[in-house]
Amino acid sequence: MASKASIKILPVPSMVKIPVAQHIGTPAEVVVARNDQVKVGQVIAKSGGFISSNIHSSVSGKVQKIDKLPDASGYRQSMVIIEVDGDEWLESIDRSDTLVTEISATREEIVAKTLEMGIVGLGGATFPTHVKLSVPKGKKAEVLIINGVECEPYLTSDHRLMLEKGEEILVGTQILMKALDVSKAYIGIESNKPDAIQHLSGIASKYDGIEVVPLKVMYPQGGEKQLIKAIIDREVPSGGLPIDVGTVVHNVGTTFAVYEAVQNNKPLFERVVTVTGKDVKDPANYMVRIGASVTDLLDASGGIPDGTGKIINGGPMMGKAIGSTDIPVTKGTSGIVLIPEDKAKRNKIQNCIRCGKCISVCPMGLEPYLLMSLSELSRWEDVELNKAMDCMECGSCSFTCPASRPLLDYIRLGKSNVLKIIRSRNK
Amino acid sequence: MNTVVITILSLSLIGALAAVILYLVAQKFKVYEDPRIDQVEEVLPGANCGGCGYPGCRGFAEACVKADELGDLFCPVGGNACMGSVAITLGKDAVVKDPEVAVVRCNGTPEHRFRTNHYDGATTCTIAHNLYAGDTGCEFGCLGMGDCVDVCDFDAIHMNPETLLPEVIDDLCTACGACVRACPKDIIELRKKNKKDRKIFVSCVSTAKGAITKKACDVGCIGCKACFKVCPHDAIVVENFLAYIDPVKCKLCRKCVVVCPTNSILEINFPVRKLKVVTELEEK
Repeated sequence: MASKASIKILPVPSMVKIPVAQHIGTPAEVVVARNDQVKVGQVIAKSGGFISSNIHSSVSGKVQKIDKLPDASGYRQSMVIIEVDGDEWLESIDRSDTLVTEISATREEIVAKTLEMGIVGLGGATFPTHVKLSVPKGKKAEVLIINGVECEPYLTSDHRLMLEKGEEILVGTQILMKALDVSKAYIGIESNKPDAIQHLSGIASKYDGIEVVPLKVMYPQGGEKQLIKAIIDREVPSGGLPIDVGTVVHNVGTTFAVYEAVQNNKPLFERVVTVTGKDVKDPANYMVRIGASVTDLLDASGGIPDGTGKIINGGPMMGKAIGSTDIPVTKGTSGIVLIPEDKAKRNKIQNCIRCGKCISVCPMGLEPYLLMSLSELSRWEDVELNKAMDCMECGSCSFTCPASRPLLDYIRLGKSNVLKIIRSRNK
Repeated sequence: MNTVVITILSLSLIGALAAVILYLVAQKFKVYEDPRIDQVEEVLPGANCGGCGYPGCRGFAEACVKADELGDLFCPVGGNACMGSVAITLGKDAVVKDPEVAVVRCNGTPEHRFRTNHYDGATTCTIAHNLYAGDTGCEFGCLGMGDCVDVCDFDAIHMNPETLLPEVIDDLCTACGACVRACPKDIIELRKKNKKDRKIFVSCVSTAKGAITKKACDVGCIGCKACFKVCPHDAIVVENFLAYIDPVKCKLCRKCVVVCPTNSILEINFPVRKLKVVTELEEK
């Protein structure tokens, strides 16, 4: 739907609200004060720990206030509100469009740069990239995998990016390869994007050690563990990380951001967001400044159509419905999907008929029906024993359940309680 | 005839032998259990609600026998009378506590607090709470899916279908605290039980700024401190834009109720006010 049109640039909004916690880990610490003048790309909040990230201003103007405002979940969290005045970028950012293929930065410089420029995983999990690039002692990365699968149906931001910024993504891949000291990289793309496969394969032939791998269309192949299995046929052990099997996975969006950070000195303050839905007038991908509101984004694509029942932040499988459009786009916003009213409601919950469909569909080999029952009974230790923490919340079980049971909701509940147990154990 | 005799004899012999073995084994593996545990369990209510913090009444009885002092050990269901008998049984000092009752601190009925979206997920408050702020503009208020009702062993809390809020039946509530633990929004509180079940409390837990609370709910506490100023007993503290009335210090004078501009302080089970008193206070 939105994959035909090229990426549009959303006009700079009149006001942005930039949350200080846009990544997994410690929230960043605000370093600007009220009435400060900021430029595009200036750091407004500094990384608050190892697993944390810098936050930069996406606009130029005056800091109106630092306040707690509702985020996508409706809970209030700290945000920096900036009133926009012009569009003045930091001088250090290279704004020219010329491709810089030569990588002058050293390994350490690349890692430092990703930290400084606030790069996080743009596939949706927003895990700080510099942490992924700092391979722990005793482990060695052998292959780099670039995720061009597009995590969810409906979303096309990665697809467009591969078509339009192919060269940059390939250079970005080279930068990541240098940072990880690997000589082999694969770019996995599902075969429903033949144009992207052809385009990137064409460019990849110019670079050493990068191979484009066409993959069967399958959900949730965008999950890193599934992608590793599909491309190099290695299985990440339960509770382990990709580095345990010698790989590191990065999304194409992140790869492009890394290219811009290292070669152009450009911090992560804008990203591609898909706006789509059956009745949306003008479904498209937009390059959006972080902190612009979802309302701005929807206005640009023709407003909210009549009869919209649900607006989802993220994809239709893993995304969460939002209660208000007055929330900012963050580093993790990959798409906004509008669902018509007749498709928005869940079916009536019925009893489990023990058909086992959820088990056969679970990509991690878990038993969702069991995890749900255990969660309902608050048996958190058993939830942990049954590997609930391996669940990546892809939603396949809930989607496939013929009795419309809210499997994922209960597994999420179980996971949050197991996490509490694990934390209290580590204390 | 012979067969009958042999059968009877051999069976009796096996029976006697088994009895001896069983006796010896029972002696060998005998577990001594303090007989007082049984005695204490006898006087406990037997609700096995876990309100004392121990797994069931037996667990609590064991803890009582083991402990030197009863101290923190208290059965909220049985109350002072029950703990008195426990103390007599064990020859320890009795602990006396004020009886408590669960109080729901949210008055956001649909007419006071407008729904801003429609929730369609699994119908438990905990899941909804983990997922998002709720279907109204207030992120602190009751979600109305009844986790508290589900956990109550005494049938003492029910959802009111009109207000969509839980209501506690004071006579049935044993203050076991199950609902307090079940509520993900920490709305339910155990408060001192007063004469004739009279209650004065701030029926709101919103720590958002006044303007934000006011926008989301007509009867939310906006932290204006009017009650704090009028209270003659220093029973009210206002922190994070939220007033809290200390149930122990409060003398139920009802002065705060009148001055509250949002009617978020509730008075329950009081006789109807004389009109004069009200006008007098308002003039002040």
